[in-house]
Amino acid sequence: MEAAYKGLLTIFLGVGGCLLYFYLSNQFLDKVLYPAKGVNAGRNINRANMIRPWLFVLPAMIALGLYLAYPVVATFWYSLTDRNQGDAFVGLANYQQMINEPKFWEAMRNNMLWLVIVPAASTAFGLMAAQLTDRIGWGSFAKSLIFMPMAISFVGASVIFKLIYDTRPVDQAQIGVMNAVWLQFEGGIGSWLILRLLPALLMLCGAAITAYTAYGFLLAIREKGGAFVRGIAIGILALITLAFLSLALGAFTSVHRYGEAQTWLTLPGWNSFLLMVVLIWIQTGFAMVILSAALRGIPEETIEASIVDGANPFQVFFKIKMPQISGTIVVVWTTITLVVLKVFDIVFAMTNGQWETQVLANYMYDKLFRANDWGVGSASAMIIMLLVSPILIWNVYNARKEMS
Amino acid sequence: MDNIAGSKSSLSWAVHFSVVALVLLWLFPTVGLLVSSFRTADQISGSGWWQSLFPTQQNVTLRSADPDDEGVQLVVAGVYTVEGNLFGSAGSSTITVWGTSSRAIDAYKVGETAELKDGETITVQANGDYRWTSPVELTGRGQRVFATATTPPEFTLGNYENVLFSADSTDSMAKAFFNTLTVTIPATIIPIVIAAFAAYALAWMDFPGRAILIAIVVGLLVVPLQLALIPLLRLHLGIGIGKGYLGVWLAHTGFGLPLAIYLLRNYMVGLPRDIIENARVDGATDFQIFTKIILPLSFPALASFAIFQFLWTWNDLLVAKVFLIDATGETTVMTNQIVELLGTRGGNWEILATAAFVSIAVPLLVFFAMQKYLVRGLLAGSVK
Repeated sequence: MEAAYKGLLTIFLGVGGCLLYFYLSNQFLDKVLYPAKGVNAGRNINRANMIRPWLFVLPAMIALGLYLAYPVVATFWYSLTDRNQGDAFVGLANYQQMINEPKFWEAMRNNMLWLVIVPAASTAFGLMAAQLTDRIGWGSFAKSLIFMPMAISFVGASVIFKLIYDTRPVDQAQIGVMNAVWLQFEGGIGSWLILRLLPALLMLCGAAITAYTAYGFLLAIREKGGAFVRGIAIGILALITLAFLSLALGAFTSVHRYGEAQTWLTLPGWNSFLLMVVLIWIQTGFAMVILSAALRGIPEETIEASIVDGANPFQVFFKIKMPQISGTIVVVWTTITLVVLKVFDIVFAMTNGQWETQVLANYMYDKLFRANDWGVGSASAMIIMLLVSPILIWNVYNARKEMS
Repeated sequence: MDNIAGSKSSLSWAVHFSVVALVLLWLFPTVGLLVSSFRTADQISGSGWWQSLFPTQQNVTLRSADPDDEGVQLVVAGVYTVEGNLFGSAGSSTITVWGTSSRAIDAYKVGETAELKDGETITVQANGDYRWTSPVELTGRGQRVFATATTPPEFTLGNYENVLFSADSTDSMAKAFFNTLTVTIPATIIPIVIAAFAAYALAWMDFPGRAILIAIVVGLLVVPLQLALIPLLRLHLGIGIGKGYLGVWLAHTGFGLPLAIYLLRNYMVGLPRDIIENARVDGATDFQIFTKIILPLSFPALASFAIFQFLWTWNDLLVAKVFLIDATGETTVMTNQIVELLGTRGGNWEILATAAFVSIAVPLLVFFAMQKYLVRGLLAGSVK
């Protein structure tokens, strides 16, 4: 209760203090420092108007500087020093120590998987949901239900999915959906169709779609240029296509242990994907909302014209709609990429980085607050910053371009 | 448009069907947790939650009343008789078949009479009523009956009572709930005020360096807050704030500001220039223009950011763990409490599910009530 009063007081002081600061500083400027009267009235008004913007932005700039800009510099500095030697400068020793740790490379490898799979899957599902719900009567209702996980915390979602992945001994009733479904398979023809053929076909479909999109980019380079950005896109798509193909092959070759309840979260290789499912479940709604707005923004004439010319629904989607929303897809992709880079709660709550599920953000937390190794912790934070910086530069570049 | 693209009705059916499947798939996980939070521990470990929505058929072992107990045994027409209900009282369960031996649990249909040793008989009805008779006085324990019973769905509010109102502090979410609220509200309101002023200046006041400031804000938008943990914790410890509410409020304010400034500025730039210039001509100061014109007009953007910041601070774990929660654990928030429950009570799904749902409920309410503003904010915040 005491904390609640303190909270109320803080709201009052914080909000009141801010308003008071803005009011008083403006008054001071107009009435005391440069009063708009007397001989110098004109000059005073001009001067006051030069200072005023800074009064408005000052509190925000101080807060931004102290809470975001300064920490970047400070973390960089900590990554070069050793706390145990009285903050002595040690050069790249922390980085050296970090890259010699297998756990770091495990985190890097997992992070790269997360970085490719989660944005790709969320965007693909989001696009699918947006396109499907676009023209049906109850579409907005369906959308708000798919969008709902956005409001659920990562921790809450972790609990939700832990129940799904839950395992009980074979002689007890399975309360996790995953195992309940798994135990329905016994290795017969049905299992072969559903667990081998179906996933393989889905993977082949995925490979076909990505390869087709990459081919579209290739044609676009020949027609319109822009080889660099499109080249990167083609590279990413080619990697995803290869991943799909290898997964399709894996669907036939992998060994299934039928009839045994699996502890899903301890299966190396699978468990990372199961953690990714949580984030995909959350982020699909986001992708859907943004992409659905973009789909609505496509001029109707272009679609009508293509239908008149005899395009089928798939051609309309891939040849007419996709190119027109490609900018939005990039934005969605990068936004989800940022979320993925910072993903911490899900791994922390579900496996805490055990069983080969470590990611960078959790690795950093481990170093900082469990091992108390600020040097290596800061070094891994700098790695996250490094991974974010291309997006940072791209965003700033775009914002500057828009302003001018 | 619809009649052209949707002319193939089979395709339209396929679309409806896929959307239904997609929605169900996306709802399924949450519904599972919600349903589980209304079941008792025994129910949860006895069957999957998806079975609880339908009447379940279970094999149960029941026992009649002990004949030695006072007043249980009556003599009706020269026959010693024990009557009663196997479930205690006629409840909602229905027996379909039953037996008197564990090797033949489906030997008798309801209403049939089973012959036991020494001329005893027992008759069991569908609702559990039984009549156990014997020519000589019955002794010992009650007769065992193995029955296959259909039980309708049954739910309880007990978990919520337990988690919200129990005195046991390790499972209690009540304290964590209020702590979360205490963190969230100031951390939502204060950045709005600071950001609104800055956004106004960046949108409508002309000064050298404005473009660079905007670029800086856009850049800081994506800086991972992981970088801020150590330097800021050091700073807070150094200047005496330490770990506590003040620290977490300040941290959330700082981390929320870039998005707040960015969203509000983008919105304010789009406001009609005429209004602002007319007000200037009429002699209004910038402060008056801001409070009397810009703030009321910017309500949708303010609401959008408020929802973002509310959801983010309510759902946050990392910032609270680093800046708020100290060794005493007095200031724990709900997300942290749930993570701890996952560790200590990993198998007690009735507590976990309920605790998680208590923490999810408020954001979900906000989400459904103010979805319009959330969507608008998302569109303004990410689509350029």
